Amino acid sequence: MQDDDAKILPIPTRAEGRRWHDMGGEDAGPVELCEHDYALWEKRVDALMVICSSKGHFTVDGLRRALEDMGEEAFETMSYYERWVAAINQNLVEAGVYTLEELGRRMEEVRARGATYGEAAAPHEAAGDG
Amino acid sequence: MAHDAPFAHSGMSPSGHPYRPDNDEPLTYWQCMEIAMRELLIEKGVTTPEEIARQIEAMDARSPANGAALVARVWTDPAFRERVLADASDAAREMGFDIGPLRLIAVENTDEVHNVIVCTLCSCYPRNLLGLPPDWYKSRAYRSRVVREPRAVLREFGVELPEHVTIRVHDSTAEMRYIVIPRRPEGTEGMSEGELAALVTRDSMIGTGLPRRPE
Repeated sequence: MQDDDAKILPIPTRAEGRRWHDMGGEDAGPVELCEHDYALWEKRVDALMVICSSKGHFTVDGLRRALEDMGEEAFETMSYYERWVAAINQNLVEAGVYTLEELGRRMEEVRARGATYGEAAAPHEAAGDG
Repeated sequence: MAHDAPFAHSGMSPSGHPYRPDNDEPLTYWQCMEIAMRELLIEKGVTTPEEIARQIEAMDARSPANGAALVARVWTDPAFRERVLADASDAAREMGFDIGPLRLIAVENTDEVHNVIVCTLCSCYPRNLLGLPPDWYKSRAYRSRVVREPRAVLREFGVELPEHVTIRVHDSTAEMRYIVIPRRPEGTEGMSEGELAALVTRDSMIGTGLPRRPE
């Protein structure tokens, strides 16, 4: 694509068949130059995506489909890796790697271990083997 | 550390381990899902804790320093430059970088052309050479506007280019990622590859910045 700010092209509207994620060329506010160091849980989500897709449980396209189907509200209200964990989960359930019931039961157990990520993610430490 | 130390987040946990600040916030629903999903994947034999740890280490080892080393070699080795412009994936592999099956395209800045990369549809980024993308790269504002008014967006990054310079914006896809080869700054004749690499910033390889000038 070539730019010359003097030759701004008309913006295709959503009515012309674009979905919400196809946002190139739309109006938006200033770029907020924000960055953060990724937390351990975010790196784990990223790692699980790479590992599961490299082993053929789903594809990057499967991840994208789930992310896009989640819709614009999810984009506005959830963080990047929150959307990823939801999309990876959907793909794994669809692929039959585990069931939603298994996930729900395990989430109950995880929550019961403690109030922080550190406590909930480390059942052995919480059990006092330090 | 004594186990009877007072309970304080700045010190050691009751189990005698230092607190990790990032893990000390209240557990969110999605973090809970990550833990549950990871445990199920391990129990089902899909992966192992060691494999996850190795993957995170490999990811942490990727940083803009990788891309900077490639750019510095392009600046100093004309034959390597040709190879990078012909097939950046192969040239990067030649330097020992793990590129995977990614198709990587290097776009070179000149006196007349300045290149910028984006992924308007999602967040595709040359992560194998630059590490994980900054948050703004994935933001609505950057994805929407940089293809339509790149000059205005670059100005927000503090980059003002002469009017005669053409700005080309490259939209990445899942199969095809770009990296910008910035122009070698003036006054760097005789500098070593390592010294040159230190001038190459992450943003200069995205196109939203320029390399540092030598001191």
